[in-house]
Amino acid sequence: MRALDIKLWRDVLRLWPQALAIALVMAAGVATLILGVGAYDSLSTTRQRYYEANGFADIFASLTRAPASLKSDIAAIDGVAAAETRVEEIALADLPGMAEPASVRLVSLPEGREPALNRLHLRSGRLPAPDSYEAVASAGFAAAHRLAEGDSLRVLINGRQRDVRISGTALSPEFVYALGPGALMPDDRRFGILWMPEHSLAAAYGLDGAFNQVSLSLVPGVDPDMVIDSLDRLLQRYGGRGAHGRADQQSHAFLDAELHQLRAMSRILPPIFLLVTAFLVNMTLSRLIALEREQIGLLKAMGYSSLSVVRHYAGFVTLIAAAGIAIGMVAGSWLGAEMTTLYAKFFSFPFLVFSRNPAVYGIAAAAAYAAAILGAVKAVREVAWLSPAVAMAPPAPPRYRKILGGYADLSGYVRQSSVIVMRHLTHWPLRTLSGIIGMALAVAILVGSLWSFGSIDHMIDVTFRRSDRQDATITFTEARPERAVFSLRQLPGVSAAEPFRAVAVTLRNGTAERRVSLIGKEPGASLSRVLDGALMPVTLPGEGIVISDALARVLKLRRGDRVEVAVLEGRRQTLDVPVSAIITGFIGLTAYMDLAALNRLLGEDSVISGAYLMLDHTQTDTLFAALKQMPAASFIALQYAAVAKFRETLAQNVTIMITVYASLAAIIAFGVVYNFARVSLSEQGREMASLRVLGFTRGEVSALLLGELAAVVIIAQPVGWGLGYLFAWAMAEGFRTDLYRVPLVVNREVYAWASLIVFAAAAISGLAVRRRIDRLDMIDVLKTRE
Amino acid sequence: MDQPPAPVFRMKDLRKIYRTGEVTVEALRGLDFEAAAGEFIVILGPSGSGKSTFLNIIGGLDRATSGEAWFRDHDLIRANEAQLTRYRRDHVGFVFQFYNLVPSLTAFENVKLVTEIARRPMKPAEALALVGLEDRMDHFPAQLSGGEQQRVAIARAIAKQPDVLLCDEPTGALDSKTGVRVLEALTTVSARSGATTLVITHNAAIAAIADRVVHFANGAIAREERNATRQPASAVSW
Repeated sequence: MRALDIKLWRDVLRLWPQALAIALVMAAGVATLILGVGAYDSLSTTRQRYYEANGFADIFASLTRAPASLKSDIAAIDGVAAAETRVEEIALADLPGMAEPASVRLVSLPEGREPALNRLHLRSGRLPAPDSYEAVASAGFAAAHRLAEGDSLRVLINGRQRDVRISGTALSPEFVYALGPGALMPDDRRFGILWMPEHSLAAAYGLDGAFNQVSLSLVPGVDPDMVIDSLDRLLQRYGGRGAHGRADQQSHAFLDAELHQLRAMSRILPPIFLLVTAFLVNMTLSRLIALEREQIGLLKAMGYSSLSVVRHYAGFVTLIAAAGIAIGMVAGSWLGAEMTTLYAKFFSFPFLVFSRNPAVYGIAAAAAYAAAILGAVKAVREVAWLSPAVAMAPPAPPRYRKILGGYADLSGYVRQSSVIVMRHLTHWPLRTLSGIIGMALAVAILVGSLWSFGSIDHMIDVTFRRSDRQDATITFTEARPERAVFSLRQLPGVSAAEPFRAVAVTLRNGTAERRVSLIGKEPGASLSRVLDGALMPVTLPGEGIVISDALARVLKLRRGDRVEVAVLEGRRQTLDVPVSAIITGFIGLTAYMDLAALNRLLGEDSVISGAYLMLDHTQTDTLFAALKQMPAASFIALQYAAVAKFRETLAQNVTIMITVYASLAAIIAFGVVYNFARVSLSEQGREMASLRVLGFTRGEVSALLLGELAAVVIIAQPVGWGLGYLFAWAMAEGFRTDLYRVPLVVNREVYAWASLIVFAAAAISGLAVRRRIDRLDMIDVLKTRE
Repeated sequence: MDQPPAPVFRMKDLRKIYRTGEVTVEALRGLDFEAAAGEFIVILGPSGSGKSTFLNIIGGLDRATSGEAWFRDHDLIRANEAQLTRYRRDHVGFVFQFYNLVPSLTAFENVKLVTEIARRPMKPAEALALVGLEDRMDHFPAQLSGGEQQRVAIARAIAKQPDVLLCDEPTGALDSKTGVRVLEALTTVSARSGATTLVITHNAAIAAIADRVVHFANGAIAREERNATRQPASAVSW
């Protein structure tokens, strides 16, 4: 090994704590990118493979009833590769150990053959026997209720209690995200899918020789909209409720939203982390190498060329970068795999495809390495081209000045040790500034990682405590006269009931359109309220439609504009309605009307789809028992259960992701502060040792450096808060999907925690440096020239 | 004849052994030394003779391996780190070869830095006037010549009114003419303050300004001589 290479290794070993801190910062940057992109790629690839393997359909449509013979007409539509029809209904199930009824989706399976589309992935057992009351249960639902083959459960099928026997359990690409009616998050306890033989199910619902659902797959390259139009025309006279593509298929849409958020996280946080890393590595290395001035002079005096000096230090940086990149790759891959496994479990994928995209690794490594090398080159360049004699001599002593020409100088009033700190900070404004920016970035990435918890709380507060304040929502199997609400009020345990009407519509403004559920409510409803931008309740106007800000944004509508409402059920009118108000809503794309106005608009009598209930919590068991027997109720959604599930799910996904990012941010914070302190110590060590000789105590001497560190850390906080807010804003924008929007709410706690973590990092770094200050060699400074 | 003043420093059989790895170096080999209050002593000796080790021990920067070392009633051998810091703070003024001024403080502030922690300091301006720098008080070290910087260092050392003034090669980095001015400042403040002054140097020419000259060789005192009359610093040259 050449002597210069030996020096290289020894230098790295000598500076190992700093080298390690820099390497860890780089590793954090590299890991976030690999983790974020890796988890996203893995999940989207897994979904893609799953869809392909199980023939997930491209087009879906529901209708009232069509004869089986229509299937051949549907299959004959231009561009259709395969068509499958079936019967699908919602029913209540009575499960032991559960007071409230659970909802089950009953889906028919063709008899004697595999379905052409949306094939099941059987987990256990077998398919149901033909013509039986057997069913394959969705695996999550079966697990939540410990249902095994041979077990039975009672289901209220079309008004009749039936015992359904479980023949097996399965997963399906249609229900990756198995969301119960009215639920916000998958809840395997309260919602499941039962796949039953077609004949039995059709017979129970009077759909013999008929179907009420169809799904299609397309020939590659075919325009889905054309097929949708043809299908809608075919189904129109059979009560078709409008065909739609995958984008409006619930499971797919929610999965898409999740992936969208995951991608937003992987597209926004890691580049910020890498940028921060680059900045820090650059700042630290340039200061570290500036301290090597004398050695560089010596090397040149001995005859090494400027280029070989640059190469030598580039090698030094390469060693650190290599360690950082390696740690980052290993940690990123591991975290990414853990995260993917977690998501896969949540989404019930039958298998997992881990994506290890070499390009991502390449980009992460290249970005980290470039940052390191640039930092090194910048520093070495300043020294390497000096003549050896100049380089070996100490740099010209810094020319200090009084702050602002002495006018703002407090030196007459404060202790000289404070003057030293102030002059250091003001003498190298760029260095101080880069320290401040470095620490501000550490604060900012923490704010940018931690803010979402408070926002989710805000979202839950607004949605469930201020807007939808009902305890339960009951939905009827079909629209019923408004007086049905009176019989609900008579039920035991119901303290109040407010009716609503839900109608499937497509809202259209020019080329922008969205399928939504248009909800009619009583104008002065107090349980389920509509809130304006200031979160004040809005009384629904006697005419016109009220839409959420998110929907207004998607459809480019403003108050007073007119919107086309295409009703997808009943007489399927297309109406032109004014937008009378824009309201706040974080979940879904929502549209509301006055209940009476809606019924009037549809030209129907006063009918309702269900009611919002306020419950007397002492009597819920009696109420649930009554509901389980009530044929008209198709399902009941419990608000507290929904909120709990919402929290739990977010706790699983967002919390884990954010915790990982926040931990990495904390590592970065520590790396920045520690390096700042160490380099300052190298720069001021001699001065500090001289003061020790003069009789200054360790504490007094440490105060010089720690004071400087404290000043930089404190000044950095507000800057970091501001930057952090920007990062949070970028994330909130990236998170925005049709299904939900995370409000940009950055609580004071978030700022406090971010600062606290950075203060803690500073305190630990301070202590570590303090130990070195205690060991300063006083004798050495007497004999050596700077 | 007056009673000889009580010794300020008493060293007996002082030994200092440095162990680095397998190498053992005996820097001081059983040294005996005394110094009286107000005495001006020049310590001469080649490199490696042990004079710096001696200065480190007497200045409370390092501890001897064995023997006795007393400053008045302060035991410098058994003192702990905090006690040594206290000793340096209250009793010792240092002047270094390379000045070791704080670059971010002016001459005045460098002196004030020490007076702020001293028990009975003189005014910083007064200390600077003693070394003839009353006109340069607002200058930063970078704006001062080497000789001026060393005079600031002397003012800084004397401003706390120390009992002991320890100077390690105070003219080592200076030319003869400038060095003489620094020595003048040193003898002036030494006489004015009555501090016991020890000057370590290679430069035998300086010996003439001392009360007593101590020659070090091989970690021990080789010989001592007392000057019958002290020469003024202005009479010295090299």
